[in-house]
Amino acid sequence: MSKNTLPKKPLTQKRLKNLILNVVRNPFNMIVLVSLIVLFCLIVIPLLTMIKSTFTLAQSELRRVDGHVGDFTLYYWKYMLTGKLSKAVLLEPLLHSLFCGAMTTLISVPLGSVLAWLMIRTDIPGKKVLGLLVTVPYMIPSWTKALAWLAVFRNKTSGAEGFLCGLGIPIPDWLAYGPIAIILCMSMHYYAFSYIQVSGALRSINSELEEMGEIQGANKAQILRHITLPLIMPSVLSALVMTISKSIGTYGVAANLGNRIGYYTLATKMRVFIDQGPQGVGYAMSIVLVGLAALILVGNQRIIGVRKSYATVGGKGGRSTLMPLGKAKKPMMAFLFVFLFLAMVMPFFVLIMETFQVTTGAGYSMSNLTLYNWIGTPDHAERYINYPGIFRNPEFSSALGNTVRLSLIASIITAFCGQFLGYISSRGRGKWYGNLTEQLVFVPYLMSGVAFSTMYFSMFSTPHLGGLIPSLYGTFTLIVLTSVVKHFPFASRSGTANMLSISVELEEAADIAGASFWKRMTSIIIPLAKNGFISGFMLVFISIAKELDLIIIMMTPTTRTLSYLAFTYSQEGYNQMSDAISVVVLLYILLCYIAANKIGGADISKSW
Amino acid sequence: MSRIELKHIDKFYGSNHVLRDINLTIEDGDFMTLLGPSGCGKTTTLRVVSGLEKPQNGIMTIDGVEMINADDAYYAEPSKRGLNLVFQSYALWPHMTVYDNIAFGLKIQKMDKAEIERRVMDSLKMMRIDMYKDRYPTELSGGQQQRVAIARAVASSPKLLLLDEPLSNLDAKLRIDMRAELQRLHKQLGTTIIYVTHDQTEALTMSTKIALFKAGELNQVSTPMELYNNPIDLEAADFIGNPRINLIPGKAEMKGGQLVVKSELGGHTFPGEHLTDEERPASGEFDCVLAVRPEQILISREPVEGALPVTVYASQPAGSETIVTLKAGEEEFLSKEIGQAHYELDQQVWAIIDQNKINVYNKETTRLIKRAV
Repeated sequence: MSKNTLPKKPLTQKRLKNLILNVVRNPFNMIVLVSLIVLFCLIVIPLLTMIKSTFTLAQSELRRVDGHVGDFTLYYWKYMLTGKLSKAVLLEPLLHSLFCGAMTTLISVPLGSVLAWLMIRTDIPGKKVLGLLVTVPYMIPSWTKALAWLAVFRNKTSGAEGFLCGLGIPIPDWLAYGPIAIILCMSMHYYAFSYIQVSGALRSINSELEEMGEIQGANKAQILRHITLPLIMPSVLSALVMTISKSIGTYGVAANLGNRIGYYTLATKMRVFIDQGPQGVGYAMSIVLVGLAALILVGNQRIIGVRKSYATVGGKGGRSTLMPLGKAKKPMMAFLFVFLFLAMVMPFFVLIMETFQVTTGAGYSMSNLTLYNWIGTPDHAERYINYPGIFRNPEFSSALGNTVRLSLIASIITAFCGQFLGYISSRGRGKWYGNLTEQLVFVPYLMSGVAFSTMYFSMFSTPHLGGLIPSLYGTFTLIVLTSVVKHFPFASRSGTANMLSISVELEEAADIAGASFWKRMTSIIIPLAKNGFISGFMLVFISIAKELDLIIIMMTPTTRTLSYLAFTYSQEGYNQMSDAISVVVLLYILLCYIAANKIGGADISKSW
Repeated sequence: MSRIELKHIDKFYGSNHVLRDINLTIEDGDFMTLLGPSGCGKTTTLRVVSGLEKPQNGIMTIDGVEMINADDAYYAEPSKRGLNLVFQSYALWPHMTVYDNIAFGLKIQKMDKAEIERRVMDSLKMMRIDMYKDRYPTELSGGQQQRVAIARAVASSPKLLLLDEPLSNLDAKLRIDMRAELQRLHKQLGTTIIYVTHDQTEALTMSTKIALFKAGELNQVSTPMELYNNPIDLEAADFIGNPRINLIPGKAEMKGGQLVVKSELGGHTFPGEHLTDEERPASGEFDCVLAVRPEQILISREPVEGALPVTVYASQPAGSETIVTLKAGEEEFLSKEIGQAHYELDQQVWAIIDQNKINVYNKETTRLIKRAV
């Protein structure tokens, strides 16, 4: 009769031989094994190395600490946690980070949610255009927003006046730089995240649910409060968690707007230590950052589940009737226009115009307009300036080349790996190797760009394992590697979705027809995965093109990208040049988006 | 053309025991249907045969050649088993034309081009879809896709053809057409077929043998008519037949080698030669259940000798047949009459039941103790 437990078989020689053959003969097993080893090397080992380096004495500290290079030490942690400077090193930047993150979240989540509701559920006119405009800020790198802010609000403190100062409106430092500027700029960036999340959720709600409420006699406010809001709450919460964990680790905005007046966040302070030493302290701070993000996400997981939190809630929309705004239509339209004007039109108008100005903030009269910043040569300069116009500047062309090269190479590799990892996770759903792959791939997601690159920086600044892993310091390879691994979570998520859409039965049918694993890959999986691959590739491509935070630590003169060049010029006070570069970056990204949309059918709402 | 033998097959998903000691022999040329409600293990059995699942226990041979030996952890690859499979979802490769879908497996076998062409066109013609050979699967209707899937499976001339609920995605009319098509296909090819379905009509109309599953175990293996006439237990009786079989509780007792039964249908005495070997009390009264197919109950408007006086509870004429709900005492049961008939509600009629056609089940074990003959 039937046995209810798994039978235990005696291990005969024949059985052992077959067991081994079963595993070895299947290329899929080998691939899983290799992938797991690679993931382990690229994710777990760097993390451990970084943690180890915060406990290991480095050459540069020998003056201050007794001992030998490589000795175990608590010096860095003590320096950060209990030293005389601890308040300035850790506590203050930490509080700044938390404050900016919290405020950004408080502004951007409600803003994004309300915009989403207006665009999806109400009869506000001109949705197509508005909907596109509202998502544009998300395509723009956050650091260009900081530059745009500076173009408008800059004052004498950083040398050249901005647009408002030029109009004779005195702008105090506390408004031009520091927390307010940082918070507003980040809000203008991250609201789009809530917008995308919440609009996805709103679209998936069947409006019959709301109509039922109406039939039961609830008014609009009650429907919103008791039906719509609870239904989209998971998305709002996950947008909230995402926003806070991302904004805490943001570097570009905080550095552009904070460093000038000595306002440091955890991310910017960390870079100071990495640059000026002791590096161990920088690494320790990066661990604090990672811990913070992990803490937030784990907290979130407790509440809604981590997978849900980073998947935009999608789904087929049911029948959808729109809510008439009635008398509120005009004020709402006005609100939208004011918002779009202040958040997009004006700053970018000012930013673009600045690239044509001789003196910033001095108005747009013909005498103050020039093409110098674009195509000028130094002998034609109106005032003393080191650089020619960007199109004549070899630094610019080298940076442009690097940007294109980096975004192209890194995104091809990333997209390929993503499909690959996605294949393993989708075919291994519920099995140990599938789960392990998904978890390992998820780790880079926990880290902000700066923290992640710090980890790679510490891992590859010296050779490891007796030269088996060479020192990649200052090489283009390291930047590519960092960009690739950092984008693993995103790429493998799109890869998993892509692979899940290819039914296992299609493969089984080929298996029965006698196709080997490789044959199945080449004639079934790859042709079917092609479209998903292209759209995944495009999204990674754009994300890497606008990246600053991730690669800033690794920049050397030969590997500079456009975003880094713009950042340096801005720090050096060449505002017009910096603006011109960011305009080029913007054009580059917008062109890529359009191409992605046309070629790959890529959807911005799937990017982050 | 092959004989498949499954011996003591056990399959676990984690600690979930989905196939329990399956023993099944499929003779050469059989059209064997694996029948049962969803989740009973029939598709898993099919996948074990195909090689897509590896059972933890048991042996399987095809024509005497060992394909599975779980003791030795030996599992022959699906493509080495000389079979082909039609999936429920059809699993047509969407990026290949109909022609390429069918030719794919033949190309892998490194057949020469003319032979591939001949075979593809033959199987397309057999399924009467040769005009669609250059279309992509998405450009075909469900019924046409179904034909492509079958054509693909038969093109390699498998010795064994496996079909996993192939008709479940078709509408009612197409399903009847495809049933006829499959029946002819079986005849034409002479291939052994294993067919999985939860639809009893498909099973009864096409199969030469039916294996009825119940919660991961094989419940009954027999010819379709035997399964219909003598379901092995109450669950099988209830599962097979539409409208469902009438189950009437009664009391039974063995007297002088005969089974004496009392119920609302009256008293019956069944001769010993119609009894099965199933367990039943040798003496004393015990609970039993009588089972009568609705079409075995004839209605007479006039009193007939030996007929049971009943009243009409409801009457449902449906054109080709009329289903009448009858009431005898507290028991209700159905009668199916071919053609159109009209009865008044609460009308007094007489039910004629051939006692040879009655099945009797032991209520305690739920097993069949008296066969219909």
